[in-house]
Amino acid sequence: MKSFKNHFSLVIALVSILFSLQIFTIVERAIDAYRENLAKNYALVVVAQKRVDTDKLLNSSELIASINDISPDSVIAKLNSGISKQNIALLKATLLKFYKVKLNYYPSPNELEKLTELLLHSQSIKRVEAFSKTYNTTYRLLLLFKTVISVFAFTVIIVTILLIFKELRIWQFKHNERMSIMGLFGAPAWLRSAVLFRLAIVDAIIASIFSFVIFFYLTSLSWIEEQFSSIGISIVLFDKIYDFLIMLGVSIAVSMLLATFIVLGHKEEV
Amino acid sequence: MDKVIIAENLSLAYSNNETIINKANFSIDSGDFVFITGASGSGKSTLLKSLYGALKPIEGSLVVGGVELREVSNSKLNFLRKHLGIVFQDYKLVKEWTIEKNIMLPLIINGYERTVMQNQTDSLLKHVKLRHQAGKYPLELSGGEQQRVAMARALAHNPILILADEPTGNLDDYSSQLIWNLLEGANEQLKATIIVVTHHIPETMKVSYKHYHIEFGDIREVI
Repeated sequence: MKSFKNHFSLVIALVSILFSLQIFTIVERAIDAYRENLAKNYALVVVAQKRVDTDKLLNSSELIASINDISPDSVIAKLNSGISKQNIALLKATLLKFYKVKLNYYPSPNELEKLTELLLHSQSIKRVEAFSKTYNTTYRLLLLFKTVISVFAFTVIIVTILLIFKELRIWQFKHNERMSIMGLFGAPAWLRSAVLFRLAIVDAIIASIFSFVIFFYLTSLSWIEEQFSSIGISIVLFDKIYDFLIMLGVSIAVSMLLATFIVLGHKEEV
Repeated sequence: MDKVIIAENLSLAYSNNETIINKANFSIDSGDFVFITGASGSGKSTLLKSLYGALKPIEGSLVVGGVELREVSNSKLNFLRKHLGIVFQDYKLVKEWTIEKNIMLPLIINGYERTVMQNQTDSLLKHVKLRHQAGKYPLELSGGEQQRVAMARALAHNPILILADEPTGNLDDYSSQLIWNLLEGANEQLKATIIVVTHHIPETMKVSYKHYHIEFGDIREVI
């Protein structure tokens, strides 16, 4: 029971850090997937006076995935009845050329603005329709969501680190006598603090396993997957190997770093 | 004979700046058995603390085992302490460890092999008549038994210098005699230099010894 109490506070604090971190990662992945979805359904419309060299345009920016003609045939077909073939050919030749520009990913407003400028400077392009109003609202909404989650995660992490620091201070008081006695017999700092570091590592491993179990369970729940599917997103919510290793690394690094601060702050009693 | 301790114009004080030892000069030869006496508050324990580097001199020079302690680095201090055996008035045993592990402490720090540690600990437990209590924790023992454990720990790694702060202060006659016997044995057989801070020099001492007395911040040899 005593041993459980010794570990409980630090484990819970580390779990909350890992929880915030994983939530942040999931949000980041969801936003990236959503951006990818948006990019799939999003395209610029370019209007040119003459036919443009699409290959040249394609190579002008890494952002551009493809450029396709928008055929005027369907519009002309509607006018077909009362117009002669000759006039239709003439109309086709004088009609503005429309192109659909697909992008590799959903760009930031800045990137979009630059791309628009680039296109307008090319050849005979007269107009670029980026549907920026709708686009900007969606993009800013995503950014706001990400910022709120980041601030939340950051706050939780800072508060938790302070709690861990306090917990380790309590450990230091608990182990102070032993550390001082070992110091009087010439034990170097690392040996004196070995117990502190061992506890920190053990708790970091326990916290990582605990977080793994929580996320393994949560991500196996069908309603969570349904929530993401409902907005057309399919992502890996929890990568069992990669995410666990990240969790383990973060928790060990945090607990070791704080334990080092405590050890460096230890002073021998006179 | 080699000098184990050389103090020149040594002044010691705590942070409140009241000088406890004032410009003392003395030296102790290797293999000496030395008693330091003095009234309560005269600075006996303070002097002993300075000898294991827990209190740095504010003035003068203090060299122990070739290490100048006035401005000593942590690594040098650890090196010196690895070769010291210290017996504290309040025992300073690690409460969470068994007495066996407490005795092993200097051996662990000095990196002895497991079997050597075990043999040495068994032998010392036998010497201090506590072999049957090896697995107990310090708080399960009487004061006299705890001090015997502390003495065994001080001798475990065959130190060159043993510093003992009133090692028999509150002990019964049996434990006191056992401790004096161990200190005499260490001095005679291991050729360790022994410095004991005490109020009373035992009348039963079998080895020759030197006696220093502290009074008014000065240390003088009593001949």
